[in-house]
Amino acid sequence: MIPAAFDYVRAGSAAEAIATLADHGDEAKLLAGGHSLIPLMRFRLARPAVVVDIGRLEGLSYIRDEGDHVAVGALTRHRDVETSDLVAARAGLLGEVTSHVGDPQVRHRGTIGGAVAHGDPASDIPSALIALGATLVAAGPQGSREISVDDFFSGFLETALADDEMLTEVRIPAADGAPWGFEKFNRRAQDWAIVGVSAVVRAAGDVGVGLVNMHSTPVRAAAVESAVAGGASAAEAAEVAAEGCEPTEDLNASVEYRQHLARVLTRRALEAAGL
Amino acid sequence: MEISVTINGTSHTHDVEPRTLLVHYIRDVVGLTGTNIGCDTSSCGACTIHVNGESVKSCTVFAVQADGEDLLTIEGLADGDTLHPMQESFRQCHALQCGYCTPGMVMAAVSYLNENPDPSEREVRLGLEGNLCRCTGYHNIVKAVLHCAAGGEQ
Repeated sequence: MIPAAFDYVRAGSAAEAIATLADHGDEAKLLAGGHSLIPLMRFRLARPAVVVDIGRLEGLSYIRDEGDHVAVGALTRHRDVETSDLVAARAGLLGEVTSHVGDPQVRHRGTIGGAVAHGDPASDIPSALIALGATLVAAGPQGSREISVDDFFSGFLETALADDEMLTEVRIPAADGAPWGFEKFNRRAQDWAIVGVSAVVRAAGDVGVGLVNMHSTPVRAAAVESAVAGGASAAEAAEVAAEGCEPTEDLNASVEYRQHLARVLTRRALEAAGL
Repeated sequence: MEISVTINGTSHTHDVEPRTLLVHYIRDVVGLTGTNIGCDTSSCGACTIHVNGESVKSCTVFAVQADGEDLLTIEGLADGDTLHPMQESFRQCHALQCGYCTPGMVMAAVSYLNENPDPSEREVRLGLEGNLCRCTGYHNIVKAVLHCAAGGEQ
């Protein structure tokens, strides 16, 4: 399938990319690694009139130790996140989850910023960012702003990014030594998760849990976190994993099955994290 | 838009539509048809090539994104009449049946061994998870990759 025709702009700087977005509003889309956008364009589910290629921008591919957090540039490829010693030491959950995205070819091209800005509830990485309590940095014509991951995902494939904003950095609070668990259930290698769960235990009674494919957006299992804070065991807390979620039904799973998977996988993820 | 790429050591310059996918550029414009198109949805891996030494699914890259890059396709792997060790291992281990997935499998396997030269069998299976063989000939494919990692020749 051939994508619909579009005008191609290769941005020479972040400022130029943002200015081009500002000129074209919702007619323009940013292209980084392309592994979320190009499949949509091939199915013609997305038909941007203008594609702004930011894939060659210098200075947005990095993983830095910033003391209380790890800063990951938006153009950092999955391959670089999954093999980063710094990520493994200070945000191990993110490294592990990233290693389950797609397949090696996809991880050679796909970027953390692209995966997050795509806003797909079936994507693995947002669940880790929710569990770890990440902050996202967006740049626009008026400068930069920080957005909590809890305010970022606003609807199916929709985010808090304005039409003229570009995600530039992901900040993950340091979680050195915090045990974590990640569970992804799918039926074939490389498939999207039917349901997935990221969990991290920061301290006694303080866990972060993010769910994959359980809602129209990536979603926090807030009821599970509250239950653990109230003294619940992993098995007890996992019973409320699907609470507040409205998963969809598709060929792979009914709503009830997804709710069941959320409970089972949450228990396993919490147990893997030592709860 | 005009792009210049190096494919298998040879420079190519062409004017392409921005929406031209890299695999179509390689096959239809440059005329290298060893790279196959399978699923068309970045699932099957038949179109796997190397971009700057790393495996990539060329059905999910626009040709304009590859401007200036160094590409390697299955045609560029052998050294004249001497097969690449991975190709030779596929031959020796009978790692192909219909052969449709083979170019992509070989390119993915070469890239994988560059990253992990001494993998376990399970690691090979995970490393090739982006490539489908509809003959389900995975057993000998995995055997071939392990054979190649172990140095090839019997």
